Amino acid sequence: MSVSGPQADTPTEVESPTTDQGSQIRGMSPRQLAVSRFRRDTGSMIAGGVVLLFMLLAVLAPILTKMKILRPYTFNSDKLDVNNGSVPKGALGGISWSHPFGLTPGTGTDVMSRLIMGMTFSISIALLAALLTVALGTVIGIIAGSSGKWVDAIIGRIIDMTLSFPQTLMLLALSSTLIYQLERLGVPKGNFARATYLILVLAAFGWPSFARIVRGQVLSLREREFVEAAHVFGASQARIWFKEMLPNLWAPILVYFTLTMPAYISAEAALSFLGVGVKPPTPTLGNILSDATTYYDSDFAYFIIPAFVLATVVVSFNLLGDGLRDALDPKADR
Amino acid sequence: MATESSNILEVQDLTMHFPVRSNGLIRRVTGHVQAVDGVNFSVPAGGSLGLVGESGCGKSTTGRMVARLLKPTRGEIRFEGDDIANLSSRELKPLRRHIQMIFQDPYGSLNPRQTVGAIVATPMEIHKTVPEKNIKARVQELLEFVGLNPEHYNRYPHEFSGGQRQRIGIARSLALQPKLLVADEPVSALDVSIQAQVINLLQEVQREFNIGFLFIAHDLAVVRHFCPEVAVMYLGRIVEIGDRDTLYNRPLHPYTQALISAAPDVAQAAVGGRRERIRLEGDVPSPINPPSGCRFRTRCSLAKDICAKVEPPLLQVAPRHKVACHFAGELGKVPTRPVTADFLGVDDAGNPVAGKQPMPGLESPDFRDTWFDLPPQG
Repeated sequence: MSVSGPQADTPTEVESPTTDQGSQIRGMSPRQLAVSRFRRDTGSMIAGGVVLLFMLLAVLAPILTKMKILRPYTFNSDKLDVNNGSVPKGALGGISWSHPFGLTPGTGTDVMSRLIMGMTFSISIALLAALLTVALGTVIGIIAGSSGKWVDAIIGRIIDMTLSFPQTLMLLALSSTLIYQLERLGVPKGNFARATYLILVLAAFGWPSFARIVRGQVLSLREREFVEAAHVFGASQARIWFKEMLPNLWAPILVYFTLTMPAYISAEAALSFLGVGVKPPTPTLGNILSDATTYYDSDFAYFIIPAFVLATVVVSFNLLGDGLRDALDPKADR
Repeated sequence: MATESSNILEVQDLTMHFPVRSNGLIRRVTGHVQAVDGVNFSVPAGGSLGLVGESGCGKSTTGRMVARLLKPTRGEIRFEGDDIANLSSRELKPLRRHIQMIFQDPYGSLNPRQTVGAIVATPMEIHKTVPEKNIKARVQELLEFVGLNPEHYNRYPHEFSGGQRQRIGIARSLALQPKLLVADEPVSALDVSIQAQVINLLQEVQREFNIGFLFIAHDLAVVRHFCPEVAVMYLGRIVEIGDRDTLYNRPLHPYTQALISAAPDVAQAAVGGRRERIRLEGDVPSPINPPSGCRFRTRCSLAKDICAKVEPPLLQVAPRHKVACHFAGELGKVPTRPVTADFLGVDDAGNPVAGKQPMPGLESPDFRDTWFDLPPQG
């Protein structure tokens, strides 16, 4: 191998003229590439559409309730069969044009209205908890990954401890005292305090696994040459974190977020079932389903419909998350 | 003595030992990887020094210390006369703009999530050398200088080829108009046809901006083309340093001789036949536990008792030529007794001689006006 002699050819003319033709074409950013990959993935597009629909419903539900289009809190006791344990009259839990998903046994409220309104509360709780989880996980993960041995070791042990905690048990055992403490701190009493407790606890037990992911990413990022290059320019630590590293962390953040959402929606449902969550009359997907379990033999439709809705929400969020992961990281194994 | 001011960089006794820790909870330090061990050299202002050696010899670590990505264990890095080896990152910041680096991997050294414009602008934003509103124009000027289309400033690195990316890296390193560029294997990741173009670009850069280069490479041909002066490293030490003609035509250190004999030579091929290859036996020893005395002795055909006992100093033997070998001599004309014994105060077998001291100040970063003549050989 030999380098050509020192003839003074200017490199300007030498290298690939191909790029010169395309000067009008604006480059595609990694994000744009991901979007176009995602567009080609039909399954994920459908899941994304369903998620969007649910989100839209969740946003609109309070307005629709105000406009009396949805009536989640109106009792229709005349439509209940008082002689048969207050189960709605008619087939399939009282399904009719005015009540497409039937009526709630016992109270006679409209199930569809309650489910849509429940979506608002469930998604809000899951969304806030997921945001808090991801924010905590990102910040702590970046600190652990880019700090020295000691900080990393201490954070690592805290993560281990949190993850090895019997969290469901804790959640149940501490619920009444901690909710009381929250109320004393000025959080409005009742369901608001219960929802706050749920969000805080879900995030408190959720951040460690994401912090681990971020830490791993940061450990590999900080050895990349572009981070070293930033050090050579004299970039501050904050600049390296936010300008060099964070843009490279958006993919895992987004994916983890969309996969945490459904997990938290179902966690809310499970905790409602165990009696920790938001209490009726305020509907959530969880407490509707929890209520339905008492009627599953007398009014099966009331059980199957909320279960189906909850499953659809969770599955479409999961599919969206998977699709995003594939689109954002084409090299990852499926 | 050479004038101090002519060198932009002087490195003295530069050492980097990485601690090796045991596994487990306590993680005791069980040893040190002696990546770089007492290296001396200098880079003239606007000149370039090539640093060659095989993988793991410490050349990249040396470059990283000079760019202060690493804090040396020991030694001095004098940039324009001021020692920067122990400065904190805060104290370093104003100096950073004068010392820039070109990285080896054109795929890893550019942030995939930033546009080329943002990448090249970063150093100027950090050091505020250019007013905000002029940055874009300056970026385009730089892109044009390195041979890229200035309209491409809003593209992303993945849209460029390896050679083009390396040009982006060069544009970025020029953004602050540095006085010293550490080029860490700038072309070794590129294919051969692109290597020549990038090397030519670097030469143009040097002519245009009068930048001093510390050029790290493992390709002897590339270094010979680019650097008037070349240092050869082996296992954390410089074994020979000199101007390129001397070093390539009359190497005195057995390792340099072996290295050069291993490089394919087009001129030789044209004449027909090939030079005699010197085959080195064995592997490079572990830098955790390097051999005593001369580090090359385990693979050296000339090794005698003294080589295991005393480390040979990097001795100046000609106006611009230094070599670290007890038996320094041209191939086939090896001196019979160690040339260094008298300076080191030892007898021919390397045992200390009572009442004699090693001469102080044998090693220095730069070349002196007086040197030690090698005894006539034959």
